[in-house]
Amino acid sequence: MAPNKIEKLLEKYENGETSLAEEQQLKSYFSRETVAPHLEMYKPMFAYFSVNQKETFTKTVPLKTKRIFNYKWISVAAVAVLLLGFYFSMPLFQEDDDLGTYDDPMMAYNEVVKSLELISTSLNKGTQKISYLNQVETGMSKVNYLGEMETKSKIIFK
Amino acid sequence: MTQAEFLHIVMPFKDKVFRLAKRLLVSKEEAEDATQEILLKLWNNKTKIEEYKNVEAFSMTMTKNFCLDKLKSKHAQNLKIVHSNYQDNNTSLQKQIELNDSVDWVGKIIENLPEQQKMVIQLRDIEQYEFDEIAKMLDMNNTAVRVALSRARKAIREQLTNTHSYGTK
Repeated sequence: MAPNKIEKLLEKYENGETSLAEEQQLKSYFSRETVAPHLEMYKPMFAYFSVNQKETFTKTVPLKTKRIFNYKWISVAAVAVLLLGFYFSMPLFQEDDDLGTYDDPMMAYNEVVKSLELISTSLNKGTQKISYLNQVETGMSKVNYLGEMETKSKIIFK
Repeated sequence: MTQAEFLHIVMPFKDKVFRLAKRLLVSKEEAEDATQEILLKLWNNKTKIEEYKNVEAFSMTMTKNFCLDKLKSKHAQNLKIVHSNYQDNNTSLQKQIELNDSVDWVGKIIENLPEQQKMVIQLRDIEQYEFDEIAKMLDMNNTAVRVALSRARKAIREQLTNTHSYGTK
């Protein structure tokens, strides 16, 4: 391209009036080995632009899909846990209540007597220990004589 | 929307987002973080993505706002990590160094431009967007974009001329 035309283009370029195609022409002209000596200073400018066009972004971006936790599910889980808890604890109570029955009344009577005897013997064990309290009472009546002594001494000192 | 569909939408312009972020934030690491942040924001709002008329323009506006916010909060700290990737090229070393040097110069010149001009230069001369698109992305009107671009281009040329003829004139 004639230097004449380039100069005109450059003037337009500096006024910001060139189209993209015209700028491309300038770029290709200044990418040549030799340019007109008086236009030499434009060379690095256009070289810089083309070099910078090639720079790329190489870092990878971690794209994570955000997981939004739905708190409604917590209540569902809680209800499930509660229901399971009830289900497993109910049969245990029933087993405790039901001890079975005797079909034969005589056998039932014997069993009752047996268990009542057991209760009474263990009760008697307790009352034996309490019977010592009687001795405490006799001791106490002896101590009461001291009171009589006091009344006697009161009479004497009157 | 699945991850594959999302990537299909985002892939074509993720580099543009990164380059705009880098233009504004300078440091490569900062720009990577910003890009990641913006892609994650898009991903989290993926249900709304269909409503956007132009996801690319929307993302570029988002990048612009995000980076300007970042700069505002980082202003006092002035965080800059500059990376130079050194390459071993033996062919015409002198010429290569000279060119590389002046190419780097352009980067430094752009770095010193005001934010708005930086963005306009980035979007027009590097990403090659139409003026209307740039105007929409940056929330400016068409003529304002042209004026900013013209100023930026003239500033770059002037400073390059100065460094180019340094010592010769």
